[in-house]
Amino acid sequence: MTTPMIDIDTVTKYFGDKLVLDRVSLCVAPHEVVCLIGASGSGKSTLLRCVNRLVEYDYGTIRLDGMPVDDPAFGKTGLQKRAGIVFQSYNLFPHMNVLDNITLAPRRVHGHSRAEAEERGREVLARFGMAGFAASYPEQLSGGQQQRVAIARALMTRPDVLLLDEITAALDPELVGEVLAIIRGLKDEGMTMMIVTHEMGFARECADRVAFLDGGVILEQDTPDRLFNAPQEPRTKAFLQRIIASGRL
Amino acid sequence: MIPAAIGGISVVVVFGLMAWVVTSAEQWPRIKLQFFNIDAMIAAFPRVLQGFWVNMQVWLTVLACVLVWALVLAVVRSLRAPWFAPFRLMVVIYIDIFRGVPVLLLVLLFGFGIPALNLPGLPNSGLFWGAVAMVLSYAAYVAEIYRSGIDAVHEGQRAAAKSLGLSEWQTLRYAILPQALRNVVPALMNIVVALQKDVALLSVIGVRDAVREAQIYTASTFNYSSLIVAAGLFLLATIPMARLADYLTRRDRERRLQIAG
Repeated sequence: MTTPMIDIDTVTKYFGDKLVLDRVSLCVAPHEVVCLIGASGSGKSTLLRCVNRLVEYDYGTIRLDGMPVDDPAFGKTGLQKRAGIVFQSYNLFPHMNVLDNITLAPRRVHGHSRAEAEERGREVLARFGMAGFAASYPEQLSGGQQQRVAIARALMTRPDVLLLDEITAALDPELVGEVLAIIRGLKDEGMTMMIVTHEMGFARECADRVAFLDGGVILEQDTPDRLFNAPQEPRTKAFLQRIIASGRL
Repeated sequence: MIPAAIGGISVVVVFGLMAWVVTSAEQWPRIKLQFFNIDAMIAAFPRVLQGFWVNMQVWLTVLACVLVWALVLAVVRSLRAPWFAPFRLMVVIYIDIFRGVPVLLLVLLFGFGIPALNLPGLPNSGLFWGAVAMVLSYAAYVAEIYRSGIDAVHEGQRAAAKSLGLSEWQTLRYAILPQALRNVVPALMNIVVALQKDVALLSVIGVRDAVREAQIYTASTFNYSSLIVAAGLFLLATIPMARLADYLTRRDRERRLQIAG
């Protein structure tokens, strides 16, 4: 068996007294796309943020390509280089133009020269149809464009894993498609991805596996076909029915 | 058009009436002689202006020191690494002390007290130590303004910086501070204006600024017109600054509305 790219092993996390992740285990194989679904507050975003240590978990282990994410061998920035994350509200730096946004980490963290970083930056922007916006500021862009820049920023260091945290939730409906198209493209190239999403249609189409979280526990995980068509757990059924009732599946 | 005319006319009428009431008062000639004596004003003007020049120099120097020193304080206070705890505590105590003590008291304490010690290797002028007192005091306020600006930057910006591998210092330097400083420009402008006139406090320790020069004139002539001259000079400097502060505040609000919209 190959080493999982992400190996979450009985991870537990408390916020104060509140248990938000309860002995969660989940593996993501190389080139696999796993979607986390569940109601808000179910712990799926927290779980995602534990992988790149934006959130520190209390018990258990998470391994990236076989190495615990808190292993000193990662150094101060090795983990961030290998696991990129994209947020719901883009979180671009508003005082920097697009090119500066995406070259900040390569230059200041990973020691690349400006020329080197900008060359790579323009290349990535061009790939996502943003070549003409290198000098624009985030507030001059649509939500979809900002999110494309945020994805570009996360990919600058050629990470092995991409973590996506509800990246279409803040977008106007007509802009969702352009962002999801990029994710499909990344999947086709073999990017390993862990995706927190409310877009059930997208999860169904794009995921190799879907995990349903409820109350800090993964209640069930399966291929999208089986999970969406024949959920085993009553809570999964109830959740999916609510989604169907709201017209989002 | 018509409302504007009504406004203009009523201003002229009200102000004209007030001027007439004041100047026709029985005691007006005495008041005029005491405070608005043109000859005395002309006689005092060169010295007062010279003193005012000192005020402006002190103002700019103190201002530059305050902005830098306060930034150091604010940065130390907002670094979250555990081993920074003693330094954070020091800044908290510093701010409590220097915000809680009247500036005038600090100026007296530093401006008279320290030169009297004749400390070897340190400047001995009241002006220097008085200015130091003003820097220490004002920096406490400005540090809190900076900190409010730092706190107002959305948490998502820190998350983004951290996820990119930036260290805590790099996060502050590249992501947080540029936004924080921009946020606090309007609030800082009010401090700038306040400081512009508060530097006159140094006159109490004998610094020959505009107020001191005016007082010297008053002491020899028993005429207060020189103080009015000094007041006029301060207004000449502070009113444009206050207008600039209003303008920057308005522009900042429009910028925020634009982003929110």
